[in-house]
Formats: sequence, C-alpha cells, structure tokens
Amino acid sequence: MAVNSMTRPGPGRSRPGRGGLARRALDSEQFNGWAFVTPGVAVILLFGAVPIVWSAVMSFQKSSLGSSTPFVGLVNYRTLVHDPVVSQAIQHTLIYTALFVPGTMVVGLFLAVAMNRKIRFISVYRTAAYATMAISAISEAIVFIWLFDPSYGVVNFFFSKVGLPQQQFLNSPSEALYVIVAMTIWGWTGFAVVVYLAALQGVPRSLLEAAAIDGAGPWRTFRRVTLPLLSPATLFLAVWLTINALQLFDEVYLSTQGGPLNATTVLVYYLYEQAFEQFNFGYASAIAYFLFLIIIVVTALQFWLSRRYTFYRS
Amino acid sequence: MSATSAPARDELRPAPDDGLPAPRRRLRLPFSPWHLVLIPATVVLLFPFYWLIVTSLETEPDALHFPPILIPHVLRFANYADALASAPFVRFFVNSAIVTATTVLCNLVLCSLAGYAFARFRFLGRGALFAVLMATLMVPFQVTMIPQFIVVKWLGVHLLAGVGIDHLGALILPNAATAFGIFFMRQFFRTLPLEYEESARVDGAGRLTVLVRIVLPLATAPLATLAALTFLDSWNDFLWPLIAITSPDKMTLQLGLATFQGAHATEWSLLMAGNVMSLAPMLVVFFVAQRFFVRSVAATGLSGT
Repeated sequence: MAVNSMTRPGPGRSRPGRGGLARRALDSEQFNGWAFVTPGVAVILLFGAVPIVWSAVMSFQKSSLGSSTPFVGLVNYRTLVHDPVVSQAIQHTLIYTALFVPGTMVVGLFLAVAMNRKIRFISVYRTAAYATMAISAISEAIVFIWLFDPSYGVVNFFFSKVGLPQQQFLNSPSEALYVIVAMTIWGWTGFAVVVYLAALQGVPRSLLEAAAIDGAGPWRTFRRVTLPLLSPATLFLAVWLTINALQLFDEVYLSTQGGPLNATTVLVYYLYEQAFEQFNFGYASAIAYFLFLIIIVVTALQFWLSRRYTFYRS
Repeated sequence: MSATSAPARDELRPAPDDGLPAPRRRLRLPFSPWHLVLIPATVVLLFPFYWLIVTSLETEPDALHFPPILIPHVLRFANYADALASAPFVRFFVNSAIVTATTVLCNLVLCSLAGYAFARFRFLGRGALFAVLMATLMVPFQVTMIPQFIVVKWLGVHLLAGVGIDHLGALILPNAATAFGIFFMRQFFRTLPLEYEESARVDGAGRLTVLVRIVLPLATAPLATLAALTFLDSWNDFLWPLIAITSPDKMTLQLGLATFQGAHATEWSLLMAGNVMSLAPMLVVFFVAQRFFVRSVAATGLSGT
C-alpha cells in the first residue's frame, strides 16, 4: 500500500494540520478511512457482496457452465418446490439438525458441569474433550467410517459383546443419518464443552452460596441459578450449532455421498451435486437461496423463542 | 441426567459439626464421584483417536480381523512409508501451511486496518459500507460459492494465474479478509480509550503509525483470537478447496486426505496412516497452544453474554 509512505510524517516535520493542503488531505479521516478500509472491503465486496447479488440473479436464469444465460423467471424455484429430492433433502437436514444440536448441547453441558471442578486429572479430562476440536471433519469422518464398518468395525464388535444384533450402519438407509449425527456430535463436543465451561466459570460463587444458604440442594441450585445464568451461552450454542448443522456437507461427502438411496442427501450436498457435478448453476443458486431462507427462519425462531428463556446479567 | 442426581442427595444433609453422629452416614468415596462419570466419558472421547492410531500400525490382515484386535502384537510402521509413497502428504502439508499462514497474516493486517478505520475515522460512506459488510456476515458460503467460483476462474484467466482455479492463491484471496474479522476488530478498538491515540497524534504521529505503534500493541489478545479462529477455519476448510483445486500437487491436507480415502477406501491401515499424518500437525499445534485456542473459542461463545 502506498498509504504507508504518504501518511507517516518523517522526523522533524510539523504537526498534522499545519502542513500544506495536500498534506492535510492525506492526513484527513476522509482519506485515511478509505485507504485503510479499501483492501479488506474490496475482498469482501468481490467475494461476498457481489456474489450474493449475482447468485440471486442466477437463480432466475437457466445458467450453466459456459453457456448463455436466458432469464426464465421462477422456473428454478418452481422446479425446486416439485423436486422430490429437495423435499427429501429438507427432511434429512431438519432431522439431522433436530438431533445434532440438542445432542451436542446436552453432552457439552453435562461434561462441562462435570469438568467444572478442581479434582485430580481434571486437565486430562478437559484435554480429552478439547482434542475433538483439533480434528477436521474429514479426519473425523474417516475414523468413524472405520469404527462403524459393518463387517470389521469395532462398534459392531461391541454390539456383539452386549448381545445387540449386527448393524449395517452407513450402508443402511435407515441408519446412515444417525451415524452421521453420532460422528458430528463427537466432533463438536470439545467446542460445546469450551463454551459451557467458560460460561460456568462466569457464574458467581456468591449466588450459588446464597442458594445453598436458602436451602436449595445442588440440583435445584443448578436448575434455578446456574442454568438461567448459562442461558446466553445456550442461545449462542443453539444458534451456532444450528447454522452449522443446516450446512452439513463434509461428513456426508466423505462417508455416504448422499446415499444409500439418498438417505443422507442433505441440502448442501444436493446443492453441491447440482452446482459442481451437473453444473446447473441456476438451479443450484435457487437451492442456495432456499437454504439461506431456512437458516434465517430457523435462527429468527430461536431468537424469538429465547426471549423468554434467556437471562442477561446487565 | 443421572450423574447430577448423585450429589443431589446433599439435600438430606445432616446438621454439620454439632458433635453428634450424623443420623445416617453417607457412603464416602475415597475420590470424587465425578471421576465415575468423567473416566467413561474420556474413554469414549479418546477411543476414536486410539483406534485410529492402532489401525494405522496394524498389518492389513490384522486390521481386517474380526473380532477386532484391540491391542496389536505386531506394529507395522511401514504403513506410513506406504502412505507417503502412494500420496504426496508432505506436499499437501506444505500447501495447507502456505494457505493457512498467508490467510491468517492477511486477515490480521486487513481486518486491523479496516476495523480501525470503522472504529475511529469519519469518512463518507462509512455507515453504508459497514452495513453491507454486516449483511454479508449472515449469508452462508453456499450462496456465494458459485459466483465466487466464476470470479476466481475469471481472475485466473484474465488477470493473474496465481489466484485462478487450481492455484493456491484461489484458496487465499477470497478469504484474505472476513466481515467477521473486521467487525471483531472494530468492536475491540471501540473499547480502547482515545487518550493514547490523541497524545500520539499531538506528538505528530501519522494515523498508520498510531495504529501500528500505539493501538496494535494493546490489541494482542483480540489479534490472537482472530488468528486462532482464522487458522482453524482455513486449515479445516474442505468445500471451497474441493471446488477450486483439482491437481494433486495443489491440494491441501483435507482435500488430499479425502482424495486418498477415495482411492484406498478399503485399505484401512494405509488409510489410517494417512489420516494420522494429516491430523498430527494440527494436534501438535493444538496441544502446544491449547490455552490460546480454548480462550479464543470461549471468547466467541462469551460474546453473546
């Protein structure tokens, strides 16, 4: 950036505002504001803002790689409404989200409460939970495909040990989605634990002691004091995990490719197929906007629902 | 939750220290009862890691033995050599390192600059520009990825090959600054008292000097958080590299590993050896800088509070 040399006054120069007109202009908030902002904003406009408008336009076009792009009105959206795979994908996405989000939050809250004390080996326990944060979705999926392998997998071995029948897991249309729920809950445990532990450490001891003096047992104190004080963290996790769940892709791409029999086709996976395997850019853009709509609606709903249950210490 | 009900028995707490024997002595464990919960939980959390490493060291017939051999008697380290011979994991690692390091650096510089300007300077269009940034913050990547692909392709053909499709630049440039990063830095800068900056200005320092010499040294905590979050995002990104990169020598670790999995889907010990190698650098970084990552993630969670 040329800004560097222009704005930095050399040694011995006069104070700002006393120089010539050009110097004053170069030192102005007007000029520096734009100069500082331009590189970062340019990137975001080019790769964020412009594409948002562009894909909105594309969703009204019959557009594919390298071909001309005639406007077709609402055709893409009409196709979307009648596409059986889309309604399946919505169903799978919502089932996945409805299981993954509460599942991760319950596991995270439970472990965070258990780990929020000074007992021996506590740093070992915490590190074990944090470790799941270090593993990428791809690495995680590969390990879990192996754990849940129908023929040689260790999970089926444990099942046989406790007398449960052998399962097909990722090869079974009725089970595959639940295996993906399990692997992603494991993968997000560390994140949920970190968020809840941080929030738990913000709960003032004085309040817990006051509750105990008032005769509340640990469970009541937890329900009536701790849980309400955790509600901002709970809302954050609910929103954050939901947004991520609605965008599930990596694990599906790696483990099932949407199968078997479309049983794990979620919205983003279908969108990817349409965009980068079929190159139906127009139709894929319509799906993307539809996904965006779902995310907005679900997030708004969460915020609306949380008004009653979220408690902020001002 | 069953475990939390255990200490709930404290409700029947006997009167403390009254010298009399308690009416019913509670069973005293020589250790905290929470260990009974945390040990199995830790086993479940760590078992996938254990099984990953064990499989990566087994011979192929041992890996396919059922019932599985939970503690292997022969360790076959050659799986790692085999994996390295069948896919360029070192190349993948170098690519990931280049992309991640550059992306983090760009974000620190560009988001600091823009965040500072949004926090401190009055300039024409500031409000509108900031509103546009905040609007992009909400939009999921899937909405922008198709035009982003077209833009990157166009840039590569017409402007600079290095940022085009199938070049590492394609993974860096679109993520060189984020609306979140700018917003995050702006929020921090707004909390700083103006005095330091004003006195530096009176002493004749230029605006960039003030930012670099006065403000950024006070901003190490948010910069570290931004670096950690950008690092995790960039290192673990998969969908965009999957779209933007096709040749193996340009692949990142995640994409390379996924491709390797596609080619060796049933050679489990080979696959796990590759997986361990892809995972190891991140695990090492994570354990070395655990506090720092944990604090960064916690900071995002507490931002709602």
